[in-house]
Amino acid sequence: MKTFRLGGVHPHDNKITAAVPFRKVPVPEEVTIPLDQHIGAPATVCIAVGDKVKAGQTIGNPGGFVSAAVHSSVSGTVKRIDRVRDAWGVYHPCVIITVEGDEWLEGIDTSDTLVKECALEPKEILDKITASGIVGLGGACFPTQVKLMPPKDCKIDTLIVNAVECEPYLTHNHRLMLEKGDEIMVGVQILLKALGIKKAIIGVENNKRDAIEHLQSLLPTYNISGYDIEVTPLKLKYPQGGEKQLIQALTGRVVRSGAIPAATGAVVQNVATVFAVYEAVQKNKPITEIALTVSGKRVANPGNFILRIGTPLSAAVDMAGGIPDGTGKLICGGPMMGRSMVHLNTPANKRTSAVVMLDESEAVRGKVENCIRCGKCVEACPMGLEPYLLSKMSKMEMYDEAEQHQIFDCIECGCCAFSCPSNRPLLDYVRLGKAQVMSIMKSRNNK
Amino acid sequence: MYISPSPHTHANVSVQKCMRNVLIALLPAYIASLYYFGIGALVVSLISVASCVIFEFLITKYLLKRENTISDLSAVVTGLLLAFNLPSNLPWWIVVLGALFAIGIGKMAFGGLGNNPFNPALVGRVFLLISFPAQMTTWPRPIPFNTAYLDAETGATPLSYMKELAQLDVDTTSSATALRNAASTLESVPDYLHLLTGNIGGSMGEVCAVALIIGFIYLLCTKTITWHIPVSILATVALFTWPLHACNPLTMVDPLTQILTGGLLLGSIFMATDYATSPMTHCGQIIYGIGIGVITVVIRTWGSYPEGMSFAILIMNGITPLINHYVRPKQFSKL
Repeated sequence: MKTFRLGGVHPHDNKITAAVPFRKVPVPEEVTIPLDQHIGAPATVCIAVGDKVKAGQTIGNPGGFVSAAVHSSVSGTVKRIDRVRDAWGVYHPCVIITVEGDEWLEGIDTSDTLVKECALEPKEILDKITASGIVGLGGACFPTQVKLMPPKDCKIDTLIVNAVECEPYLTHNHRLMLEKGDEIMVGVQILLKALGIKKAIIGVENNKRDAIEHLQSLLPTYNISGYDIEVTPLKLKYPQGGEKQLIQALTGRVVRSGAIPAATGAVVQNVATVFAVYEAVQKNKPITEIALTVSGKRVANPGNFILRIGTPLSAAVDMAGGIPDGTGKLICGGPMMGRSMVHLNTPANKRTSAVVMLDESEAVRGKVENCIRCGKCVEACPMGLEPYLLSKMSKMEMYDEAEQHQIFDCIECGCCAFSCPSNRPLLDYVRLGKAQVMSIMKSRNNK
Repeated sequence: MYISPSPHTHANVSVQKCMRNVLIALLPAYIASLYYFGIGALVVSLISVASCVIFEFLITKYLLKRENTISDLSAVVTGLLLAFNLPSNLPWWIVVLGALFAIGIGKMAFGGLGNNPFNPALVGRVFLLISFPAQMTTWPRPIPFNTAYLDAETGATPLSYMKELAQLDVDTTSSATALRNAASTLESVPDYLHLLTGNIGGSMGEVCAVALIIGFIYLLCTKTITWHIPVSILATVALFTWPLHACNPLTMVDPLTQILTGGLLLGSIFMATDYATSPMTHCGQIIYGIGIGVITVVIRTWGSYPEGMSFAILIMNGITPLINHYVRPKQFSKL
């Protein structure tokens, strides 16, 4: 079975919600929709306070080439347009809407009927994707249309669908593949059409056997008129869902330092993004809902939820039984790369994929001891770096040396700190050093 | 609620667990040495472990004025490994001196675990070997459940026979008497069964090959160490001594006997694999292993000491930073 070549670790996968179907979180009384749910420029607001909006209506237009549109997820009245502080203390420009009824914009199909045929031209598909505010839903939130228009010198031949879901606890991609398999296949065909190619590989980690079998059973139906879609099981190893790791695992191609992944001829899209593309193109439905896994070892009723964007995360957590006693850490995202939060009163948006609640005993970091130079971090690093050295260089502000040792290649997956027997905060230092080195490199290039 | 950057989860590993695994892996060899060397082995090991722990405690408390680190068990490992490298009839005060040197100079002088460039137990052993050559080279004979300590009956070790053979002058080996001498000395080198079970003279922990190999398998299964260092040392020794043996079967023993005698197994499994003093990358570890293998054979064959393992490991410990500097891991972007 395929997997990426260098490093990697095996955290316990804790996929306790894999068998729990999606539940819809009721529409709240008020939603707070951030205008910067993506990498790049925030959307520019195109409605005013007091306006009546319908669900699916555009409230922000892309603020630049690398940017994405933002839509209202509910129908109601715009109450405020303001800066709102999220769970990490960062202010975001937001539109706050008071909910009245649940009326969708005309032309949006909210039914579950499968629409297979797509007669649109590639250009029209891209326009629809742009208009629907689609961004990479795997966590990076990079605007999808930009990824689908690679530079001229990149000859694209393969679409890779990232259905790895290698973070422990997270299961919403798994559920999506089981519940919306056909929609995903149509989405893949649409993306292939937009890219003007025929070859797609869906990479799924082997702990989702039922999803692999389900998608494989659909292949004969969709591998028509030249389409060559393939579902490839991957050997369990974190961080397989990293873009570079996944391209290497599936195609053997390597993204060079500083190059964009498209330079290898592969475009990677998350499986949730593929589904969003299907909804946008076939149903005219922009991203107004997101999937969220709420999980944790002691959560009463953990599960997978569908929320309207702007709903506080606490609404889904309440449906899962609330924060259990003895919880020591709330994580937005998975335990390997997620961010810890102080509270849950922060709006669900395109960047949020899970709320994981860890027990107090798991939440506390172990006592930091001397580096014993065991080399486990070097063995674990999927980028082939030397985390023990990079963290020391960062700590001592040796940025030139850190640059020579390719600190900028770090993907911040956390394998080094995860595997350190001395509990050293390796990634904390490397992250600091990487930021410094990247800004030094940037200012040098600007000269 | 706790707030921290990612990752929020940790592999269930700690320094203490690594050290505990090493201690468990040393257990079979320890039992074997108690069987063959009796009371002497018990006394030497207890004194060595206790003094290593006490010295580390005292040094961290009164000299370095730091939190004590004895709970990470590394001092226990150093103590036990030091004892394994000593003859079981060594007077107690020499053992204490060795422990003081191992912990004080070998480890704490550099800032404690992880900062030491040389394997502390070997630093202690070589210090004793140079300071007390007579006591350090009289080995008791293996007598099951021996109750004698200082007055244990002593005898030659396989390595001393091998040294005797290697030093036979090539010219004199042509004479009939010398040939007969060589043949009879070769006879005295124990057979594989004795070497495997450990029924031979030597330092208390190095004799029983089977027990050491069980420990090796345990370390591999628990992923405490990887195969790279031990296998590259053993393979180098075998490859190097094979032509020597083929050219001169009278004065050189065969490669397997080389591997099963002396401290080669103990050294390559437990001493050369010490985290702090061995290279970080697998490729570097193989270079390091080859270096140890070559130096060991050179000392055994042409040097003046019968055993060269300790020196070989210490020399390669010294070269480790250089290996780390030049041998980088394979980077993803250069695959």
